[in-house]
Amino acid sequence: MSYDWDTLIGELQTTTGETLYMVLASTVVAVLLGTPLGILLHVTAPNGLNPRPVTHQVVGAVVDVVRSLPFVVLLIALTEVTHAIVGTSIGSTASIVPLAIGAVPFFGRLVQNVLREVNASVVEAAITTGATRAKIVRSVLLRESAPGLVAAVGVTAVALLGYSAVAGLLGGGGLGDLAIRKGYQGYDNTALYMSVAVLGVIALILQFVFDFAARAIDKRRSAAI
Amino acid sequence: MITVEKLTKTFDTDSGPVHALNAVDLTVPAGQVCAVIGQSGAGKSTLARCIALLERPTSGAITVDGLNLTGLRGANLRAARRQIGVVPQGDSLLRQRTAAANVELPLEAAGQSKLERRQRAADLLDLVGLADKQRAYPDQLSGGQRQRVAIARALAAQPSVLLADEPTSALDPETTNSVLHLLDQVSSDLGVTVLIVTHDMEVVRKACDSVAVLENGYVVEHGDVLDLVAQPNSRIGAALLPTGESALGRADRLGSAPIAHDRVADLVVVGFHAVGTLLGEASSRHDARIDLLGGGLARISGTPVARFRIGVQAARPDAVLDWLADNGATVCPTSSEVAA
Ligand SMILES: Nc1ncnc2c1ncn2[C@@H]1O[C@H](COP(=O)(O)OP(=O)(O)OP(=O)(O)O)[C@@H](O)[C@H]1O
Ligand SMILES: [Mg+2]
Repeated sequence: MSYDWDTLIGELQTTTGETLYMVLASTVVAVLLGTPLGILLHVTAPNGLNPRPVTHQVVGAVVDVVRSLPFVVLLIALTEVTHAIVGTSIGSTASIVPLAIGAVPFFGRLVQNVLREVNASVVEAAITTGATRAKIVRSVLLRESAPGLVAAVGVTAVALLGYSAVAGLLGGGGLGDLAIRKGYQGYDNTALYMSVAVLGVIALILQFVFDFAARAIDKRRSAAI
Repeated sequence: MITVEKLTKTFDTDSGPVHALNAVDLTVPAGQVCAVIGQSGAGKSTLARCIALLERPTSGAITVDGLNLTGLRGANLRAARRQIGVVPQGDSLLRQRTAAANVELPLEAAGQSKLERRQRAADLLDLVGLADKQRAYPDQLSGGQRQRVAIARALAAQPSVLLADEPTSALDPETTNSVLHLLDQVSSDLGVTVLIVTHDMEVVRKACDSVAVLENGYVVEHGDVLDLVAQPNSRIGAALLPTGESALGRADRLGSAPIAHDRVADLVVVGFHAVGTLLGEASSRHDARIDLLGGGLARISGTPVARFRIGVQAARPDAVLDWLADNGATVCPTSSEVAA
């Protein structure tokens, strides 16, 4: 009896689409919300543009608590919230909610670290031009760390790819769902290994694309080394 | 014009308060170049950063062109910062922006249009001799070129004051000269008041009208370079001048037939005319023999300045020294050398 490749390929195509959809959508949300969060953490830090010790501590603590939760816990804990937002707690679209909520603090911390790399005298030079804080954030902090930020988006996307597979545990759709349902629970090793392989290839491609983009926009000489 | 009065800055650190500046007084007249010199940790950068509005003084007052800088906030603070061009210590260029875009940064902050900014950046890079580097990124420039871009950027918004913290510390002597020449040009051609922080005496000699010496946060000397040079007890003046001793002078005295001078004295003379003719005139007027025992000539902020050790043989040797003193020379008799 020969293996039903046609069915598997069809399923792989559908679930790859679902996975990409989940990763893409949650990365976009993570970037949109995580960037301001990272800026807030950086700017309110003791030596930041606008030191606010209390805000810095409180926001930092919330970020770390969310980040320390295992994703599965977040997934289960957020079922009600997900239902309220997208009308269901099953499927790819439903998975986006916990994925994004988990990724926002993750990306926020990455942004904070990347911004910290900007040389203090560069920022001071900008301060002495009489630029507003908003202008310094836009034209100096974000612009100077653009390569690092692009790389951070890549790291986040790859992390979300992994979490999206976990979302499959609870019927979240995507390649993880296929690997668990058809592969593991259905004793279909071909399906299991194929979905894992496709996940790996997507991870490699994501990493390569973002690293390449980060290097392409970097004007520093050391970037070539 | 920069006026600093009773400026004190104390940093609170984990290991107790650090008194970086103690009742510092400093005046830099409009259009002049002043050096702040001192050892590492003396408080030079802290002084410059207070004037640059990067650090809030603990007490005291800073005035730039009549505007009191202390206690400014918000839009007033930003407007005042625009009046003060700053070349910070170390690399301060945006590495993801071209040279021209770096120069444009202060103009963006001032809200100028793209067209105005481009024109002004091109003019400024031309002024600093980098017309062909507009589109180069900082990492494609040499250290001296980066420093020039930083100076161009500091001048972009037409400030009346320019502060440069160690602008030549990472540069070779030739590049140092070209940067100093540029700063000199900035003050003489554009009328900008320039404050240079440095620990290099050569910078003071080549580019500065006045100098302030900081030691542990105190100003221990402050004045016009040429005045300090003529003051016998000025340490900075002495450091700027060539030494009175010289190999030539010693060899002469150790020679087989030492000349019995009636007086030996150290002489400081300032200016073209004095350096060229003073000794000759003294000797012919008083029918004296004046030997040059040592010393040399230096050029300090463009003016020739000499310190000579002279030996005088004359009927009335004191009259010769008095005449020299009356005619603008600073005379210090070196008593131990009398009638060597
Ligand atoms: N932000 C700060 N917090 C605490 N102490 C500081 C701070 N900035 C400067 N200091 C201290 O103030 C003193 C003067 O420092 P400053 O940077 O002005 O020295 P400097 O003369 O510029 O030295 P250098 O030639 O090494 O640049 C030093 O003792 C330094 O440790
Ligand atoms: Mg310093």
